[in-house]
Amino acid sequence: MEKELVIIGGGPAGMSAAIKAYECGIKDILIIERDACLGGILNQCIHNGFGLHKFKEELTGPEYAYRYEKRVKELNIEVKLNTMVIDISEDKTICATNEEDGIFFINAKAIILAMGCRERPKGALNIPGDRPSGIFSAGCAQKFVNIEGYMPGKNVVILGSGDIGLIMARRMTLEGAKVHAVCELMPYSGGLARNIEQCLNDFNIPLKLSHTVVKIHGKERLEGVTIAKVDKNRKPIMETKEYIPCDTLLLSVGLIPENELTKKANILLNRITNGANVDQNRQTEKEGIFACGNVLHVHDLVDFVSEEAEIAGEGAANYINNNILKDTEINLETDGKIRYTVPQKITLKKDVKVYFRVLDIYKNVKINVYNNKNELVFSKPKAKCAPGEMECVILKKEMLSDTDALKFSIVEG
Amino acid sequence: MKKLTCIVCPLGCEISVYGEKDNFNVTGNGCIRGKEYAIGEMTNPVRCVTTSAKCDNGKIVSVKTQNPIPKQNCKECVEFINKVTVKTPVKIGDIILENVFGTNIIATKNIQGE
Repeated sequence: MEKELVIIGGGPAGMSAAIKAYECGIKDILIIERDACLGGILNQCIHNGFGLHKFKEELTGPEYAYRYEKRVKELNIEVKLNTMVIDISEDKTICATNEEDGIFFINAKAIILAMGCRERPKGALNIPGDRPSGIFSAGCAQKFVNIEGYMPGKNVVILGSGDIGLIMARRMTLEGAKVHAVCELMPYSGGLARNIEQCLNDFNIPLKLSHTVVKIHGKERLEGVTIAKVDKNRKPIMETKEYIPCDTLLLSVGLIPENELTKKANILLNRITNGANVDQNRQTEKEGIFACGNVLHVHDLVDFVSEEAEIAGEGAANYINNNILKDTEINLETDGKIRYTVPQKITLKKDVKVYFRVLDIYKNVKINVYNNKNELVFSKPKAKCAPGEMECVILKKEMLSDTDALKFSIVEG
Repeated sequence: MKKLTCIVCPLGCEISVYGEKDNFNVTGNGCIRGKEYAIGEMTNPVRCVTTSAKCDNGKIVSVKTQNPIPKQNCKECVEFINKVTVKTPVKIGDIILENVFGTNIIATKNIQGE
């Protein structure tokens, strides 16, 4: 099979990229989705708060997804559901499989990777104790409750204060469970301030910062967890041990971009984002292969995913039409306090929006950008930056001349 | 004085409210909606409830309150919704329960009939 553009993943990123590419003149598009419906993770995110940037109204996840799904259908963009991509080669041949077609190959002019991310599993945490039932990742529990209609348990402890963990604290409470505590290893929450307010404070659920689970109790079913405070090196202080009886432990300990296919295309992954390195068109190091959404770096808001996917969709359309302009090559570097930027490279002297994430909480600082002669080309004061909230700056075209690198730093004052 | 975290948008402004009844002074809000939220929190805090309901074909449909309801009624609202069986097919925006704490419960997902 030949296709101009193949998009892997039919979640918010994939759908948004497809629509944008179509609007840029590419009609021969295929979206491949492994689930039985479009929408990706939004289908289980039944809470509201989506779409404030994009639609200026507050939507639930399924409603947000439906706006895009409807558009995909209106434009008659081809979608293959229940289809799993098993391989991508550097020459942009995709190998996929489903019940109807068996194993099949597609030669694509351009590919957009939009596979999203998955949850960091318990195995990555090294908590001592048995492995009883009753331990779930927060997103898995979310699927049980919101899609399947099952409650995973009645007495809950949540480890990790990422947004999914906070949302699930409220969700489990509303469905009649008792959430005893949300433990967060760091001295601050990884979730949005509004979610701490409306998901924890509204229901008097304690948020225990600088706390972690040090032991899991129970053989067949979880019977309880031992939690303890941690010192500034994140080592548990054993004198502060506390036993909490519970039948359910939810883990909300981070998300990892799902890049197995990216690796198969021999694209190197960035060690910080766990996604590909991209230029301002969201093109990876392999020409014609683009990436957007949570497979590229984990976003806080779906609105930003849609926005990024539009960039990739337009980039892919330009690539197919041999219309990718290039007049420079600037690598974006960071000082460590800024953990990463997206894009990592700029290849055109044109105003560009650069997203970044910081390492720690910083107050009353400046975001400074220096060129390769260490001259300050951009500075923006910031009252507060937190790791849980992605920031962005717009670099003007003038700032992009006569340099092959730009360094992003956080400075006092 | 009371300190609040605004929940209107993801920015999460830290708002301070001074004064009492009919005469509030709000600072720290990034926009007008933050002020409305802060005064609401002092007088009658409301929340939009999102939950799910079972359908007659065994599937689950996600639902929400059309308008926010008083905060203290959120759990009771979910209990009401859990007693309902939704008739399929159901479309986004369909009313599945009328007049619950002064608002309707509407579907937020399309579920096809069997």
